Amino acid sequence: MGAAEERTAGPVDLDGQIARWRRYVERRSAIGDADVDELEDHLRGLVDGLEASGLSDDEAFLVAVRRMGRLDDVSREFAREHADRLWKQLVLVRDEPSGPQGRRGLGVALVLAVLAGLAVKLPSLLPLDGDTLAGFYLRNTSLLVWPFLAGWFAWSRGLGVARGLRLLAPPFVLAAVLVNAYPMASDSATLVLVAIHLPVALWFAVGLAYVGGEWRSDRRRMDFVRFTGEWVVYLTLIALGGGLLVGLTGAGFEAMGMDAFPVLAEWVVPCGAAGAVLVAAWLVEAKQSVVENIAPVLTRVFTPLTTLMLLVFLVTVVVVRPGVDVERQLLILVDVMLVLVLGLVLYALSAREPADPPGAFDRLQLALVVGALAVDVLMLASMAGRIAEFGPSPNKVAAIGLNVVLLVNLARAARLALGFVRGRRAFAALERWQTDYLPVLAAWAAVVVVVLPPAFSWE
Amino acid sequence: MHVDKDLVAASATPLVLAILAEGESYGYAILRRVEELSAGRMTWTDGMLYPLLHRLDRLGYVTSSWGAAPTGRRRKHYAVTPAGLEALAERRRQWEVVSAALGRVWQELASPADGAGGTLAGPAPAGAL
Repeated sequence: MGAAEERTAGPVDLDGQIARWRRYVERRSAIGDADVDELEDHLRGLVDGLEASGLSDDEAFLVAVRRMGRLDDVSREFAREHADRLWKQLVLVRDEPSGPQGRRGLGVALVLAVLAGLAVKLPSLLPLDGDTLAGFYLRNTSLLVWPFLAGWFAWSRGLGVARGLRLLAPPFVLAAVLVNAYPMASDSATLVLVAIHLPVALWFAVGLAYVGGEWRSDRRRMDFVRFTGEWVVYLTLIALGGGLLVGLTGAGFEAMGMDAFPVLAEWVVPCGAAGAVLVAAWLVEAKQSVVENIAPVLTRVFTPLTTLMLLVFLVTVVVVRPGVDVERQLLILVDVMLVLVLGLVLYALSAREPADPPGAFDRLQLALVVGALAVDVLMLASMAGRIAEFGPSPNKVAAIGLNVVLLVNLARAARLALGFVRGRRAFAALERWQTDYLPVLAAWAAVVVVVLPPAFSWE
Repeated sequence: MHVDKDLVAASATPLVLAILAEGESYGYAILRRVEELSAGRMTWTDGMLYPLLHRLDRLGYVTSSWGAAPTGRRRKHYAVTPAGLEALAERRRQWEVVSAALGRVWQELASPADGAGGTLAGPAPAGAL
């Protein structure tokens, strides 16, 4: 069937009509090319059946098209099942894919970005001493920025003010009240832990807005994982470009004998970073097709590299045998490494075409997970040793807890991946495990924020 | 009489799995079989079958492969997997519970006619309809 538009004046023949219908269906991004083939086969089946019962070409075609169902409904159903194909076009939420609302979306995102920048900057203008201010920012930075992001999602998902507030106000208000009521000194370990874990815990509250309140749906959770991955990519790109720009501007002023760095560091960088959070989120939603092609490439580049790094690390640990007195820094580094591995696994999972059969890359990913498991077990053993010898501290409890949380996740992920590579399990089981586990990650971050500081008497 | 939309939707998965358990098939033929089985009283929006088939595929209940139709067109065939048969057996048990419960209550509605107090919903006497 030629793609050229027929311009015959008379009645179009059946093939021509079907070709036209096909082009119309192809425009729906939720319906893939192979699906269109499948639907066309069905349509032709219907037409043949109807003609056999005595209808003419035209009549049969009209009835058949009607029987196929309203294209909007069918495409919506496809979108629900193949959310990965167009998760960012939000077909589930808004029906017009990219109209004037796209521009309005940018406008709203930019306004919120400016507000977030101001929100981050304003407290530092109050007449407070440096120590108090440092304590304030350690507690509240995520509370100053994330709500704008959550607000943007609530707006773009059409949640409505009342429902949005009911859904989102409790986690944010509770967190704000709690962390600011906790009397931790600004140099205490528990405050640093709060500063690290609160943004993570609240990120899941942002996720609540992202999925438009449908947090029970595993497909929507996977969308959020995918969003998080792409968001990190965009944020990194913006940070790189922004850093370069700030450096150049500063150097330019310096060459003219003016010192612009204080202004840059105090205004441009913090406000810009807060704004970038929103702009990156908007970019993920609006310009998805750009990164969509990068995501599989990135995971394919970094999965082998990370596997290699883990192996090197394992061999080093076995050879050097640092034992119980492993540097604390090393333990924290390993924790970060494992979080990175989990992030990579999740990102790769979300970027994968679920229908593909298991391949070499899936085996490689299994190797990565097994490597991470080995490192994890090693670290757990050595941390248990440290706790037994020196007693618990907030840092050790946070690190060991995270290790256990990751261990459970990776162990089950490895089992499922093995089953999948051997063809015994569906890929959906892997996806399902990770989406089911997201609340556990959120809960652990929340426990560190809420329980650890009082448990260690604000140490 | 047409079967209510929600009921059709609820029975879609077991019906499709059961039809595929009879043997490999493809979309159009599956729907014709549904028509045949229900004597035309269960109607689907044809296009909606495919998202369902794709979901079953993703869950590992069916496998799909491209073949050719007798006319030479590309055609996607579906076959049920052991996991799909398991799911079907589970659904079947559930439906049996539902249908047994309905059967019992309908029997009780029907029987009071010959006992006491057949006032509410006893079967109408012959000729009253």
